[in-house]
Amino acid sequence: MVLVKESVAARALKTKLSVENVSMTFRRDGKSMPVFENINLEVADGEFVCLLGPSGCGKTTLLNVMAGFLSPTSGSIQVDGEVVSGPDPRRIYVFQERGVFPWLTVEGNIGFGLFKLPPTEREMRIAHYVRMVGLQGFEKVYPQELSGGMKQRVEVARALAVNPDMLFLDEPFGALDSITRLVMRGELLRIWEAERKTIIFVTHDIDEAVQLADRVVVMSARPGTIQQIVNIDIPHPRDISSAHYLELRDGIFQQIGLAHKI
Amino acid sequence: MITRAQPRKWERIYWPLLASGLLLVLWHYFVIWTTTRIFPSPLEVEKGIGELLRHHVLWGDIADSLRRVAVGFGIAALLGIPVGLALGWFSAANHVVNPVMQILRPISPIAWIPIAIILFGVGDGAAVFLIFLGAFFPIVVACINGVSNVPPVFRRSGRNFGLTAPQLLARVIFPAALPQILIGLRIALGIAWLVVVAAEMIAVDSGLGYLVIDSRNSGKRYDLVIAAILLIGVIGLILDLGFRCMERIRSVRWGFRNES
Repeated sequence: MVLVKESVAARALKTKLSVENVSMTFRRDGKSMPVFENINLEVADGEFVCLLGPSGCGKTTLLNVMAGFLSPTSGSIQVDGEVVSGPDPRRIYVFQERGVFPWLTVEGNIGFGLFKLPPTEREMRIAHYVRMVGLQGFEKVYPQELSGGMKQRVEVARALAVNPDMLFLDEPFGALDSITRLVMRGELLRIWEAERKTIIFVTHDIDEAVQLADRVVVMSARPGTIQQIVNIDIPHPRDISSAHYLELRDGIFQQIGLAHKI
Repeated sequence: MITRAQPRKWERIYWPLLASGLLLVLWHYFVIWTTTRIFPSPLEVEKGIGELLRHHVLWGDIADSLRRVAVGFGIAALLGIPVGLALGWFSAANHVVNPVMQILRPISPIAWIPIAIILFGVGDGAAVFLIFLGAFFPIVVACINGVSNVPPVFRRSGRNFGLTAPQLLARVIFPAALPQILIGLRIALGIAWLVVVAAEMIAVDSGLGYLVIDSRNSGKRYDLVIAAILLIGVIGLILDLGFRCMERIRSVRWGFRNES
């Protein structure tokens, strides 16, 4: 326990990603529409952060800005002290399973980003990540023959195979059924604990955020601002019926303005 | 009774055979009842095919027609695919070229026959040119649409993994557009087979189209005319079926889900 805390503290010393006064405004029909305003956030190396907020609060746009696919209207994003100016193989953006290439096999997809490696190393990497996401025996299978959960694993493995420092996950399990979603959360945590990537995970599911993240960044409705940052100080594996878990979860429910009764 | 979505295997062969047989019988009696002197009966046509085969002209004509289609279609594909990919990639260029192409596209290649003969004289060149014209535009349009329909998610993934523009084109855009490109090629091949017959009636003195017009001109041999027409149909069908085998290639099959 003490050890874990120390390692968290040690990691917390090094800032991986810093978001400074970032605002984003879209222009539509001559009118300017603010998406989010004045976002400030620091993410430590190896940290798992969830961006949580209602639909349309700009969390996906913020993730795109962090990944370098969009430039912010003002402010700046830095990774390891360098200003982000575009997408980079060191930071991979994972979509819902729609991002898997249907013309490549499982193997081909996972090895997609490894074109600079010599063939033997490439094959070893592919085999390693096929094993990590539990797709042994499916190496030569095309995505259309896979279930949604398996496609999602392919996509995660493809991202991990290039050994990125950071993963941006955009509601990665949103299209999966609730059972597969639970399994995939467990898998993601297992992989995160093995590889210690910095993960920014967008979701609108409060339970998902509290189950996964070190910190939950709660965003308000549009124009999005950071409403609150909640530390989830429960070690993994988390007991999701413990009093502390429920307390944290209910706190976020209230923060968002939802009663947790139906 | 539950209706079966999939007919049984023997049914898939049996019913079409029965329909074709009925059609032949109808044709046979139609010729007898109308006492026509011009239109041949199925038996006469069958004899006509036999005669064509015995005189060894048929294989030469088939080979000539296929060769012209292969050359014209081949050039159209070799030029059309890169042009279409480029226009799909650089949308600014597409805006410039598109109006001209939309005007040229609906023109039947047959309308170009006088121009083709002026440019290439009476001979293979003119026929190949007409086939090229017929096949080129569908290929270009299919490639443009294929490229512009590539989901942005795929382009973004490609960029995220650090692909350069040529790598992105070769490893993401082209394979993603390939099913649509294949559909365009298949349509173009069908058009090429239509055009070769028309071109051979005017521009050359061999091939199946020439066989049709020559059988009529030299002795009003309508049995041979119909024999040649049927052969054109059968070969066109074989070409189409052959091309559709490409849809079963594993790396493009995802684009043809509804047809398998």
